[in-house]
This record gives sequence, C-alpha cells and structure tokens, in this order.
Amino acid sequence: MGEEEGLHQTPLLDTMFVRGLKRKCFDGEEDIEGTLAGIKAIPSYNLQRQSLLDMSLVKLQLCHMLVEPNLCRSVLIANTVRQIQEEMTQDGTWQMINTQSTGQTSLDRLVSTDILCRSSREQAEGKQVPGYSSFNKDFEDDQTQDSSETMSTSSSVQTPRNLQSNVWEMENPQESRGNFQKSLDQIFETLENKNPNSVEDLFSEVDNSYYDLDTMLTGMMSNTKMGHCDGLETFSSPTTATSNSNCKSDLNELDHIVEILVES
Amino acid sequence: MIPLSFFTCGVHGGNDESKNEPYSQGEYNVYSTFQSHEPEFDYLKSLEIEEKINKIKWLPQQNAAHSLLSTNDKTIKLWKITERDKRPEGYNLKDEEGKLKDLSTVTSLQVPVLKPMDLMVEVTPRRIFANGHTYHVNSISVNSDCETYMSADDLRINLWHLAITDRSFNIVDIKPANMEDLTEVITASEFHPHHCNLFVYSSSKGSLRLCDMRASALCDKHSKLYEEPEDPSNRSFFSEIISSVSDVKFSHSGRYMLTRDYLTVKVWDLNMETKPVETYQVHDYLRSKLCSLYENDCIFDKFECAWNGSDSVIMTGAYNNFFRMFDRNTKRDVTLEASRESSKPRAILKPRRVCVGGKRRKDDISVDSLDFTKKILHTAWHPTENIIAIAATNNLYIFQDKVNSEMH
Repeated sequence: MGEEEGLHQTPLLDTMFVRGLKRKCFDGEEDIEGTLAGIKAIPSYNLQRQSLLDMSLVKLQLCHMLVEPNLCRSVLIANTVRQIQEEMTQDGTWQMINTQSTGQTSLDRLVSTDILCRSSREQAEGKQVPGYSSFNKDFEDDQTQDSSETMSTSSSVQTPRNLQSNVWEMENPQESRGNFQKSLDQIFETLENKNPNSVEDLFSEVDNSYYDLDTMLTGMMSNTKMGHCDGLETFSSPTTATSNSNCKSDLNELDHIVEILVES
Repeated sequence: MIPLSFFTCGVHGGNDESKNEPYSQGEYNVYSTFQSHEPEFDYLKSLEIEEKINKIKWLPQQNAAHSLLSTNDKTIKLWKITERDKRPEGYNLKDEEGKLKDLSTVTSLQVPVLKPMDLMVEVTPRRIFANGHTYHVNSISVNSDCETYMSADDLRINLWHLAITDRSFNIVDIKPANMEDLTEVITASEFHPHHCNLFVYSSSKGSLRLCDMRASALCDKHSKLYEEPEDPSNRSFFSEIISSVSDVKFSHSGRYMLTRDYLTVKVWDLNMETKPVETYQVHDYLRSKLCSLYENDCIFDKFECAWNGSDSVIMTGAYNNFFRMFDRNTKRDVTLEASRESSKPRAILKPRRVCVGGKRRKDDISVDSLDFTKKILHTAWHPTENIIAIAATNNLYIFQDKVNSEMH
C-alpha cells in the first residue's frame, strides 16, 4: 500500500509506539481489541496515521512568534491534516476516537502540546498562539462529549477549517491583534485547567527537554540527522494530568477570575 | 541575457557577494560585498521582516554598469554596480587631497590625466520597490523587454516597471475570498525568455500555469495548465507535499520548462500540458524516508534547478552537498559533491554514489549517513560556458569543465 510505504518509518514511529501511543491504544476500547486481534497491520497503520496527525498539528501550532510563518509550509501541512482527517472519517476511526473513554489521555496530549507551544516569554506576555487555542476548543469538543462542561460541539470536518482560519489569520494584519485577545478569552472560558496557577504548576514539572523540543521543531535543527529523534520521543510521554486532579479547585478559581474580569 | 562574467549569491546576513570570473587558480577573491537589505519590523503585525535575501536576478547589461535585482520577503531593490580603475590626477584648482589650492601658487595650467588605480567597485541602490507584497516574495523575473519585471509572493504576482517604484500592477491573485479555503499557493514564477507577454507560475500542488498578459489585465485564467496526474501506486499522505514545485525555469530556447519538486526534475514541452516529456529522479532513495523528512522539515526544502546554455544538460542540488547533472541527450547522470575536502583547486570532481543497501562499493555513501543539514538549494549555470556556481551553506563553489569548455 502506498500509505504504508509513506509512513513506514521504523526508527521514529517504533519508538513512539513503545513510549506512549501503544499504551494508549491498548488502554482504549476493549471492543475493538477483538476485531484487531487477527490483523496486526491495521492498528499499526492507524497509530502511524494518528502520530502523523499529531505531528502535523504540532507543526502548525509551533509558529515563530517573531517572524511570520512560512505560508506555503503551513498550507501543505494543513492539507495533510485534512487528508488524514478525511480518511479517518471515512474509515470510521474518527468516530471511534470520539467515543473512546480516553478523555483524560486526550487532555494529557493537549496539555503537553500546550507546553510545547508556549515559550516562557509568551507566557509572561499572556500571548497565545491563536490557532492552537482554537484547536484546543475544537479538539476537546470532539474528545470530551460526555464532559459536564458546556461546550459547543463541532463536527470533525469543521476542525481543520477553524484550525486553518486561525493559522491564516496570522497573516492578516487587521485581524491578528484581535485574534490574540480572542484566543486569550477562549483559554479562560473553555479549558478549566488553563488558568495561570495550573499552568505554573505544569511548567514547574516540565524538564528542559520540552524546550529543546520546541526549538528543535521550530527550525533550529542544524544538528538533527534523519532518524535521530530524541526530542520527539519526549513528545510521546507527556506530563501526566496532575492538573486534572486540581480540576475542581481550579474551577472555583476560574469562576473567581472570570468574576473579576467581568467586573472590570 | 545575463552578464557573462559575474556570479552572485545572497547570504543570510543580507549581503550580496559578487565573485569575479574564472581562470584564476583555485580560490576566488571576493569582488564586492554589500549589504542589500536590513532587518525591519512590521509594526502592524508585530513581526520581524528578515533581511535574508530570497532571490537575485541580473538585468541584461546595457552599458558599462551591471544591474541586479535583489529581494527579501517584502522589498525588492535595484542595484547598480560600477567599476572604477582610473582616476584623474593633476587638477588645477584642487591639490592631491582635494583641498582648494591657493590661487596665488598656481602659475601654469595643466590638463588632468587619467592614471590607473586599484579597482574600486561601487554599488549603489537605484530603486527600492516596497510595499508591493503582503506575503513573502519567493521569486523575481526580469522580462525580455528589459523594462519590466515581476515579483511573486505566495498568493499574488505583481508587474513592475524598473523605473517606477510607487506603483505596480497585480497580474495574478489566487487569494480566496475566505482564507479558510486556501489550499494552494504560488511557489515560483518566470517570464518567457523571448515572448514578453508570456509567463509561467508554479503552485504547491505541482501544477504550472502559463499566462498571457495580452488576454486580460488580471491573469487569473491561465492559457495553459500543465499538470501530471498522480501515480496511484505511489500515493501517500506526502504525495502532495513532494509534488510541490520549488523552482521553474524556461529553457534558453523558450520551448521547454524545467521544474523541480522534492524528488524529481521534470522537463515540460510548452505544447504538451498533460505530462512532462522527461522526468529525472534526483534522490529517489528518499521516497521511503518521507516521514522522517517531514518530521525534521527537510521535506519543505526548496531546491533550484538550472539549464546549461545549450539546454542539453540540467542541474539541481541535493543533500550532503551533492548536486546532480542530467544529460538529456545521452540520458546519463552524475552526482558530484561540493565540499572543501573534495574540491582542491584544479582537482577533478569524483562522481559520488548513494547506495540503498544491496551491493556497496568502496566510496559509496549510505542513505542513512547523508547529512541533511548540508543542502544545495541554489545552483546556476553560466549562459554560454561550462561553468557552474554552487552555493553550499556559507561557501560558493565555482566549477568548470576544462575538457569541454565550449557549450555543445
């Protein structure tokens, strides 16, 4: 299969399997295990495709904040993301992921990519990558439909669109400023574990390898040879959801903060 | 069309370095260095505009001076390069240092004579074409009429007159009304070498569009669309990315176009839109490594390509400081390396080979040992002689074919 050829990257993806994604798949639904029992190739392809999707989304979010991102590269990556999601929708695997009870692990992944996105400078300025926050909202909409939080659901087809629009809007001079503020608002509204306190906690637990990954993926890859992916291996072992345990208290704090914002 | 005796290369510092022409023994002396662009800050977007030069194009030489266009992401500049190797001496009113003489000391008149002096190269900016582009400029091309040129960014192409800096005409605009619908961008463009009304632009989906400026003011409708149908047996999630055309060059004859995508170079006949007439594999051994190359962003590298003067040989760069040449007549190809170690002055370049498992010869390099940080993105071929310029990171290499110095 052409897809198999294109994705068959033993050094990188095998390590990813070992570290985290394989675990996630098996931790997932029991009902698909039976069907997959005899067909070893299929979970492998799905996992590879999923990791490609994850990688692509990370690439789109890790934009240089100082210099405009390369539009051609962004378009090509976004098209790849759309292709994968279309195929997953056709496969039915997109639905499978939605109904998985892995809301927690999905949040883990979201949390870890958030760490990758935010440099300490951005955090200090309160800036946010606009596309990423929108991605959070949409992605979480698909993942945690049983969540008690009120969130508007969006279809999987919309996800790439919203993602794209925010990426492109970075190029739009009039809207880019507004996007930053909008994204900031979204952060406070939608994700309960994104108030400043828990983010501080997250940062305190993160070791420097995340920042190395950030610089690595944002283009300073002069020392990276093919197949040598130490940085990306840390990607597959995200910080466990310490923040999730603080959800309830964070919720109260968030209410408090929103109150303050609304009053001001 | 290109001045015969100069090569230029742009480097990240925003410098242009021109190297003088050949037949010197080994290392070249720098002819001239100048800062073309400075870093700027776009206050509206809060983003830096890099001084990095994306493209340089020489203008046809019309007098003793040379002119070139250089561009960074946003601004195009026209530079004039003049030489001075003589100076007048023996003024009547000024002394040697230029100070006015005391007239009472002047007793006779003399005629100033021109005396030779050390070569002085003067580079002056003649025009600055600013504020024409919202997106990053990826190519510039001088028209055969020698009066106009075009500049292309990701979504638009503008036509400029070389003498007018405050106005440009938009001739291609592929920006969708809704940016969410954006799926394709412009990657390269070039004017036809003889027909000043024709130009071609390539896209990130691997298609070429030939446009005729006589047809309409805004050339959104192409006259011809060159597109090769996808090979279903090679389909992968990376198919679109590797089909994105990074460079397009007309042949000197004007009959053919050369395109470079990630793994191949293709020759297209202007009269045939359905498929290229020739396809050459540059580094097909990378086809199974596309995922890793996607991960480290190498898959987005934009390689240039070049014709030789007689359109019989085409050349393009690759990784590990390798570059490839394909002879269209004999169908033979060669891989050469541009590096200090293998390029002592007047040494003959040894052909290199990349092995993909199987039989491995002594000097072969295996695919996994290739250095992907050493990429040859920019190559140029002298328009009439067998001399090539290869840019490898911070070095410029100039090679010539001693045996066949005439083009054939």
